[in-house]
Amino acid sequence: MTKISADLGRRLLYTMKLMRELENRIEKLYRQGKIVGGVFFGRGQEAISAGSAILTEIDDVVCPSHRDLAAFLIRGMEPWVVVAHYLGRQDGPTRGRDGNTHMGALQHHIISYISSMAAIVPVANGVALSFQYQQQRNVVLCYFGDGATSRGEWHEALNFAAVFKLPIVYICNNNQYAYSTPVSRQMAVPHIVDRARAYGFPCERVDGNDVLAVYEATEKAMERARRGEGPTLLECETFRMTGHSAHDGAEYVPKELFEKWAKKCPIIRFEKFLLDETILSRTEVKRLYQQVENEVEEAVSRAERSPYPDPGKMLEGVFADTGGPPSPSATTRREKN
Amino acid sequence: MPELTYLEAIRQGIWEEMERDDRVFMMGEDIGAYGGAFKLSAGMLEKFGARRVMDTPLSENAFLGAAIGAAIMGLRPIVELQFADFITTAYDLIVNYAAKARYRWGAGVPLVIRGPAGGGVHGGPFHSNNPEIPFVHTPGLKVVVPATAYDAKGLIKAAIRDPDPVLYFEHKLLYRRIKEDIPPEDYVVPLGKARIARSGRDISVITYGAMVYIALEAAEALAREGIELEVVDLRCLVPLDEEAILNSVMKTTRVLLLHEDTQTGGFAGELTARITEKAFDYLDAPPIRVTAPDCPVPYSPPLEEAFLPKVKDVVKAARYLKAY
Repeated sequence: MTKISADLGRRLLYTMKLMRELENRIEKLYRQGKIVGGVFFGRGQEAISAGSAILTEIDDVVCPSHRDLAAFLIRGMEPWVVVAHYLGRQDGPTRGRDGNTHMGALQHHIISYISSMAAIVPVANGVALSFQYQQQRNVVLCYFGDGATSRGEWHEALNFAAVFKLPIVYICNNNQYAYSTPVSRQMAVPHIVDRARAYGFPCERVDGNDVLAVYEATEKAMERARRGEGPTLLECETFRMTGHSAHDGAEYVPKELFEKWAKKCPIIRFEKFLLDETILSRTEVKRLYQQVENEVEEAVSRAERSPYPDPGKMLEGVFADTGGPPSPSATTRREKN
Repeated sequence: MPELTYLEAIRQGIWEEMERDDRVFMMGEDIGAYGGAFKLSAGMLEKFGARRVMDTPLSENAFLGAAIGAAIMGLRPIVELQFADFITTAYDLIVNYAAKARYRWGAGVPLVIRGPAGGGVHGGPFHSNNPEIPFVHTPGLKVVVPATAYDAKGLIKAAIRDPDPVLYFEHKLLYRRIKEDIPPEDYVVPLGKARIARSGRDISVITYGAMVYIALEAAEALAREGIELEVVDLRCLVPLDEEAILNSVMKTTRVLLLHEDTQTGGFAGELTARITEKAFDYLDAPPIRVTAPDCPVPYSPPLEEAFLPKVKDVVKAARYLKAY
């Protein structure tokens, strides 16, 4: 691991910890029956979205998937808004129309993925295309899991981005399982990069539990994209320290795997690095964790005060002219800057 | 006023919108150097360059998805499907992504998906479909089905300026078969306003696309027998001009629903339901459907001929309605 500033160390540790604790708290709400829909976690995978999204500039765009909560948080979605979303409240980013981690917010330059895995990949390309079209130096970070790489849309999208040299970085959370299906049932080649290389751009395997490794690889890929040299794929190797979603006990995963990967926890690992390198003191780490704990509790109580949406407004926003609040736009913000 | 074919009218509409607004651009297969399978975009690459007339890989998911992303970011993409039949390959992105984005998280998708639909040109089962229904059924999508050159131009311009995803199904049989004088000035035909293609007192024929001409021909024939058809050209299936339909039906008291698409689950069924729900007391006869049968579009001329609704089918149904 390389030397980093205390500020970066603090931000990365804070974000990973916030993702972990917020998800833990969301799981509790689910177990209490307060969250009625599916909940999906990136437990053990926090380094991937944190170590990459932290590099985005103001007008870059992220397209996170369901185990990338840190990307939402880094881009400015507040924890209580995330909880309000899961609770189906009016103040969530979809005003109760959607749940799950289907959160999009143009004002934060977060593009929502949808449940059919890999559908976001060609859409993310379109965001990158809009940058190229308008000669903007911005980059898209597009996230997906190992399962998504079996979809036709994924292959079509990678090829398309390669042909047009789009400014996009593909970040694969290879957490070894898609729901209950292990990677060995997903493909007959050993790695995601083996699939992606056919499309003709650089692909790299990264230790997905090492936040600085993710950071460095993403930085390089984003620079390449900004130079107009096209896409890069990062296969971040990690492990899903949970079931597919909160309802899934993951009995199909050999216990030894959980034990093995628990030792590689990205948060414990990074905390140790920061302490060993005297980048942060034990007191600072403690204070930071306390801050996270307070923020999570505050997020839950604020979200629980948010009202449920009004069924009388259910039809709003099917079309632009069927009512509802004005849509935020990614372009307005750019014009303002 | 210059006389333009239906195809030229669409091209001119797109051309003018691209001149007017740099955010408007086209994507599709073989649309650049080749000018499109039907030459609809001939000359556009030379005029607007490869940035705005993008030849793509053979990859509907890739370019439709890219169009959705670009539209969310504020551009105004027009996607050409080489044949409307191929829209099924990108069904998920249209119905799950584009259609729901505004509703879910307020992200408007100002996208036009257009392509040649319909039979009558011996295209066979994969180049003749009328694929409108799944999209009519999906909340969040608009569906446009122009029948005249004037409308084709005005509706494509309205579609490009619309803030929501619009599917624009051109009838390929009409591309070069119809011509009309098009006013030189800028105009749009608003989405959701039907047109009375022929006024008449006896029977309303509610139809769209190439079937408008079948209805008009039948009306000519029936006029000689003293039966006057009123032909309502819907122009758009979503938004639907229900008022125009009901006004016509309440006037004539008899209604014939005509489309080239197959029957079961076709648009005629929806129209029948709306008419019987809202104007039942006015009806002097049951609504009658004239549509293609529930069968893939066959290739061989006698089979395709038997498949497509014809003037004689409309005439027969109209006589039945009149006598009812």
